[in-house]
Amino acid sequence: MTQASQTMTFTNARVIDPANGIDDNGSVTLTNGVISEVSLQPDTAVSSANTVDCGGQVLCPGFIDMRAHKVDWQAAAAGGITTVILQPDQTTPIDNDAAVERIRARAASSATVNVYPMGAATKGFNGREISEIGQMHQSGAVAFTDCFKPVADAQVMRRLLEYSQYFQALIVQFPQELSLSAGGVAHEGEIATRLGLTSIPVEAEAMQIERDVRLSMMTGTPIHFALISSRMGVEAIRRAKADGAQITAATAPHYLMLNENALEGYRTFAKVSPPLRSEEDRLALIGAVVDGTIDVITSDHSPVSADKKRLPFAQADNGIAGAETMLALALTLLHTRKMSLMDILTCFTHKPAKLLGLKGGTLDVGHDADITIFNPEKPWRVNADDMLANARNTPFDTLPVQGKVWRTYVAGRCVFQGD
Amino acid sequence: MTHKMHDEHSYPRAEVSPPSGHIFPHDHLLGTWGLDPISIKYLLDTADSYVEQSRNPQKTSSLCAGLTQINLFFENSTRTLMSFEIAGKRLGFDTISMSTGSSSIKKGETLLDTAATLNAMHPDVLVMRHGDSGAVKLLSEKMGCAVINAGDGRAEHPTQALLDALTIRRRKGKIHGQTIVISGDVAHSRVARSNIYLLNAMGARVRLVAPPTLLPKDVDRLGVEVSHRMEDGLRGADVVMMLRLQQERMQGAFLPSLREYFHFWGLTKEKLKAASDTVLVMHPGPMNRGVEIASNVADDMDRSAIQEQVEMGVAVRMACLDILTKKIREGAAP
Repeated sequence: MTQASQTMTFTNARVIDPANGIDDNGSVTLTNGVISEVSLQPDTAVSSANTVDCGGQVLCPGFIDMRAHKVDWQAAAAGGITTVILQPDQTTPIDNDAAVERIRARAASSATVNVYPMGAATKGFNGREISEIGQMHQSGAVAFTDCFKPVADAQVMRRLLEYSQYFQALIVQFPQELSLSAGGVAHEGEIATRLGLTSIPVEAEAMQIERDVRLSMMTGTPIHFALISSRMGVEAIRRAKADGAQITAATAPHYLMLNENALEGYRTFAKVSPPLRSEEDRLALIGAVVDGTIDVITSDHSPVSADKKRLPFAQADNGIAGAETMLALALTLLHTRKMSLMDILTCFTHKPAKLLGLKGGTLDVGHDADITIFNPEKPWRVNADDMLANARNTPFDTLPVQGKVWRTYVAGRCVFQGD
Repeated sequence: MTHKMHDEHSYPRAEVSPPSGHIFPHDHLLGTWGLDPISIKYLLDTADSYVEQSRNPQKTSSLCAGLTQINLFFENSTRTLMSFEIAGKRLGFDTISMSTGSSSIKKGETLLDTAATLNAMHPDVLVMRHGDSGAVKLLSEKMGCAVINAGDGRAEHPTQALLDALTIRRRKGKIHGQTIVISGDVAHSRVARSNIYLLNAMGARVRLVAPPTLLPKDVDRLGVEVSHRMEDGLRGADVVMMLRLQQERMQGAFLPSLREYFHFWGLTKEKLKAASDTVLVMHPGPMNRGVEIASNVADDMDRSAIQEQVEMGVAVRMACLDILTKKIREGAAP
């Protein structure tokens, strides 16, 4: 292959770059996998072999999925995700620099999307001993979290915040007061009572947030809350932000789409942690994404084999394989006229990039050409059998949705072609 | 067989004959949630006839001869398992029972693999008890035969609710309009849940009495009155159902002591004075005497229906086994 500079131009696109406030028709040119020009002039380029006509579809920065439990790059690429932030809950927990390097090396050789791991906040998620945050950070871990459970001990959490501040490493907390949630598998309410399932009250989420907000203010260190599921959680975040706390928060599309009723008939495909909550909570979460109280939308991608799901409800694993449906589900906020396309895209491009200190998430000239092209209107039906994920555990099977990825590029290389 | 007609409900004609033509349009009996009054009445009427059969010296019929009934119990049980065995044998089933101790589940087999294994043996009805809520429903999705829930986690125990209803109906003449108190560990009780759904469907007035720690969240939305004080809750009650205080399920500090529990929530003659003069006392067993119920109440011949419940249990289970295998029997007939 010749090493002559290779250019490629995407024409006839609706270019959206939330970081720079751009939403205009134009074209984007890449040179050697790097964005070299963003032109918002009427198309003058002549079509050639190196031109891709986007047909008026949206071209935006590739999505950054801030919470995925498996690399599963094919599913990510199909969902327009160019950067996967891998959670530390792997077969062996990512709680030391060697593990971080191993994950990064493996991803570099086998995955075609960018992969950055989060490290465990405490050793083996034990909640008592701070893990080697400095060395993991140096090795490329972008944030630190105990992932599926909070750092429960207030003193440990305080020291974790103080220590991580020196490395400017982001601490991500899973907001759930453990002693209140112990053993729970469903939202505490009418449905869990009727189905006879052990339940988790919404207060468990709000209490954890409220405690951590105080620790954040006490130590002057930011905290990001991994998944918000309830109105009380939203209100706690909103109050903390109004008080000037350095708090950010995320949620996942299933919390915006489903409520506790999805558990009816013991449907384990709707079993997630935190649990799906009431309709009131769902509506409050939508409100919080719309007004920016919740900053980030993640897929919480968690492919779980049928063997681990086809069990009595309490024994089944948590999780939804969400990478491929993240965009379409998030776009319901556009199609119900609650949010602009740019504001939705910010939640999985610019905002997570800024939080994690990553270079991506924009179309700035000189950045790697991580690009997603999609048709925000295109109607389709979720079909679990067509999914590319490692496992097809989705509660959205057969759901009609709108908005489909057409092409995904990582550093200028096409990693997904849809139709 | 003849069904005694009860005048407690009169239904519009269209409801008496559902459009499907089946009076009991269900393949399984997984719970009482969603059972309509017609189906319940049909089950109880059929059970009534089996009470008579069981009191005859010649108890066994050959109605279900040649059919196989498997009782699969993943949780310890004596009375429910025996009741199902006897019910099956009185109908002529080939009855096989299996308890956890002898099952491969202990060897790591999943529930659905067990279902596949059992399916291959071609049972005609499967009776199952399991410690997890929803487990019986999950299994029923993979079984080619009728499945009867003999208790799953804290979710449902439909035959217990049916036998309770039959006991009430026979003693009181009707269920509709009765004030029925359910008292005790509602939070962990599948018996309470199944009874609430069934009694509501039959038009009873259901009242729960328990300390706040033993009531699940939003239980009032299931269509019941809730009270914490026994003296208030028992006022005017026609029936009192005591629940077993399930010590083995108590994971946390729900109660300070059994002594204190008995003092405030144990059913005594003194507390029972608030109830109707003709109050009926029930208990699904096994009883903790001196914890949820005083001995002199449990043994009060005039009020206690506890032994009768056991008898009704066999009749109700015979009715369930009969009705759920009806399709096969009629299909097999020449």
